[in-house]
Amino acid sequence: MSQDTKNYYLPGASLWPLIASIALFLMAGGFSMFLNKIAPGKYVMIAGFIVLAYLLYSWFGEVIKESISKFYNKQVDKSFRWGMGWFIFSEVMFFFGFFGALFYTRNVSVPWIADAQLLWPNFVATWPTAGPAATEAFTPMGAWGLPAINTLILLASGATLTYAHWGLMKDKRKQLTVGLILTIALGVTFLFLQAHEYAEAGFTIKTGIYGATFYMLTGFHGLHVTMGAIMLTIILFRVLKGHFDSHNHFGFEAVAWYWHFVDVVWLFLFIFVYWL
Amino acid sequence: MSTTTAAHHDDHHGHPTGIMRWVASTNHKDIGTMYLWFSFTMFLFAGAMAMGIRAELFQPGLQFVEPEQFNRLTTLHGLIMIFGAIMPAFVGFANWQVPLMIGAPDMAFPRLNNMSFWLLIPAAILLVTSIFVPGGAVAGGWTMYPPLSVHAGMSMDMSILALHILGVSSIVGSINIITTIFNMRAPGMTLMKMPLFVWTWLITAYLLIAAMPVLAGALTMLITDRHFGTSFFNAAGGGDPVLFQHVFWFFGHPEVYIMILPAFGIISTIIPTFARKPLFGYASMVYATAAIAALSFVVWAHHMFTTGMPVAGQLFFMYSTMLISIPTGVKVFNWVATMWKGSMTFETPMLFSVAVVFLFTIGGFSGLVLAILPVDIQLQDTYYVVAHFHYVLFSGAAMAIMGGVYYWLPKWTGHMYDETLGKWHFWLTTIAFNVTFFPMHFTGLAGMPRRIPDYSLQFAEFNMISSLGAFALGLSQLLFLYVVIKCIRGGAKANANPWEGAHGLEWTVPSPAPFHTFETPPAFK
Repeated sequence: MSQDTKNYYLPGASLWPLIASIALFLMAGGFSMFLNKIAPGKYVMIAGFIVLAYLLYSWFGEVIKESISKFYNKQVDKSFRWGMGWFIFSEVMFFFGFFGALFYTRNVSVPWIADAQLLWPNFVATWPTAGPAATEAFTPMGAWGLPAINTLILLASGATLTYAHWGLMKDKRKQLTVGLILTIALGVTFLFLQAHEYAEAGFTIKTGIYGATFYMLTGFHGLHVTMGAIMLTIILFRVLKGHFDSHNHFGFEAVAWYWHFVDVVWLFLFIFVYWL
Repeated sequence: MSTTTAAHHDDHHGHPTGIMRWVASTNHKDIGTMYLWFSFTMFLFAGAMAMGIRAELFQPGLQFVEPEQFNRLTTLHGLIMIFGAIMPAFVGFANWQVPLMIGAPDMAFPRLNNMSFWLLIPAAILLVTSIFVPGGAVAGGWTMYPPLSVHAGMSMDMSILALHILGVSSIVGSINIITTIFNMRAPGMTLMKMPLFVWTWLITAYLLIAAMPVLAGALTMLITDRHFGTSFFNAAGGGDPVLFQHVFWFFGHPEVYIMILPAFGIISTIIPTFARKPLFGYASMVYATAAIAALSFVVWAHHMFTTGMPVAGQLFFMYSTMLISIPTGVKVFNWVATMWKGSMTFETPMLFSVAVVFLFTIGGFSGLVLAILPVDIQLQDTYYVVAHFHYVLFSGAAMAIMGGVYYWLPKWTGHMYDETLGKWHFWLTTIAFNVTFFPMHFTGLAGMPRRIPDYSLQFAEFNMISSLGAFALGLSQLLFLYVVIKCIRGGAKANANPWEGAHGLEWTVPSPAPFHTFETPPAFK
């Protein structure tokens, strides 16, 4: 085993990649059937999700097993860091696309529709808008009620996560556990409030470009918070099982980076979607 | 499936045999081989569609396919050539060559590497089977502009989801390549000592992780507009169909450099070998590649000069596009300067590389012509554009891939390919390519629109010439297949370094490269 830590760990044959491909095939095939009202679509899709969940559980489980068996040396650890870092960058670019759409419609296309005066001579460019063909009025989302509270919650969760990290670095396991539990609790509270906000909202995803950009941006953010909360929960279970020490805790750090990334996205959402 | 310690140790000495060797592979060479064969299969498939297109255009009037079917052919030809043939071929090269060139034992994440490959299969199945669903395959062009794409049938959903899966594959693959290059180089190989092919792939990987997520965003907006009532691309709801074009081309223009930068890397490797001189201006090549990559994110709207933009925007995108010709010119200059006073020999890889320098430059120049705003307004959606992007994508990317295959085949198979047949393949390809696409400059300038199955009579001669060239071009690729298979099955034994002038770590290992190489990092100067 000491020999393993000298060399870069290279895993042997693995079927997980093929299973990942099967999962995505079922999900994509099922989803296209579902969208086009072909009966078994929904079930194919669900089967895909189940295979994916099984895959993630088992593949990550295998990696964790390899990690605690000390197969990974410093260089492998560095690979994981590079990998996670650039994965988060790709996520940043994903959100960048939707923010780009928001800025473009607010500053370019909505004023153009008003200026053109061709199809809708009475349309005045304002934001928020449901578009020139909208017939019903709607109440946009204000910034200073729930969204402001949610901002505080997410910022606080960033702080509690750092508190947990300090605990890990100083080998204070209790501080680590408490910090993690607090972070997860704050994350779940955020999601709960976000669901409440959706339920009470005075508009839907079909409310023109405002509804589309609002729900797409906050929805994908909420999805990421959900993923982050699940990841944090897994980290919590690993902490309770005694994983991680002050030198060896990439899994914890990766999830922490992800959580902070989700935090920063929210700040942009709060400013550009809710506030301005 | 689950890796025990024992299995892990066994794998270092042998490898699984039979189908499991490929399906469950964690070996960069096997995965590279699978990428290359997948790519070649897709190349022939999409090439067959091109034959269909040219058969229809052989004469004016409608002969073989309905207009709708013609549109399906052009759309799938584009989508599959780009995402199924060119991109996987380069990833295949990256898999084979990057670890060998930097002295790494494998890719940084071998299992994810295999996942990147196996995700191509469901995407290909979705794209190909979309031909058979009600309404037929997508017919709105590979760019999938709304509103056509919002109203298209089920095949559009399948294509969107196929592209999502391909995006996942590309992002995972790119992260793997970036990590491998930064973290697994042999001691002593500093960044500025890396082979140029590795540099071009590093920069390409950055383009991929920056551009593919934006495509995912565009596709997601498209699918919600189609099925969930959003108004991103619907002016009645305050959206704008042109928004899709902006988001798409923000991905799309980096995408075209994703398909050419590794080609630059390949010919920057081949030319010094057969000119028997070091690459001229290595550092400037690195900086030029980085400059092209950076500029690729600020030129996207030159694809949209006729779809509505303020003049200030049009001028910005015209000038930023023209700027790209400077770093590209640096590269062409350096290739020519590398050959200057070299002891040149013209084996097949070198022939392909010289042809790429010459023909890609023609494509670059026609790109410069198209960048000129008032000219582009005339030429938008004519065959001039078709000529331009086939000169950069076929005689740039695809021919560099062919040259690269001939160059590294001895290393991959342990045999020399048949030089005579290789040269035949080269000359047939090059001549047929030019016969096919050069006349399109003329028909395009004369105003023949692209993506239309019929044309007016004055274009008949040029189209017949193009079609004859295309059939010859298609048939010559079967010769390529034959040469490659012949080389795999036998031929003169190749030395560790079969090329007199080749340098680099990949030539220090035996040919064929053993299953595991550089298990302990090699010494690098």
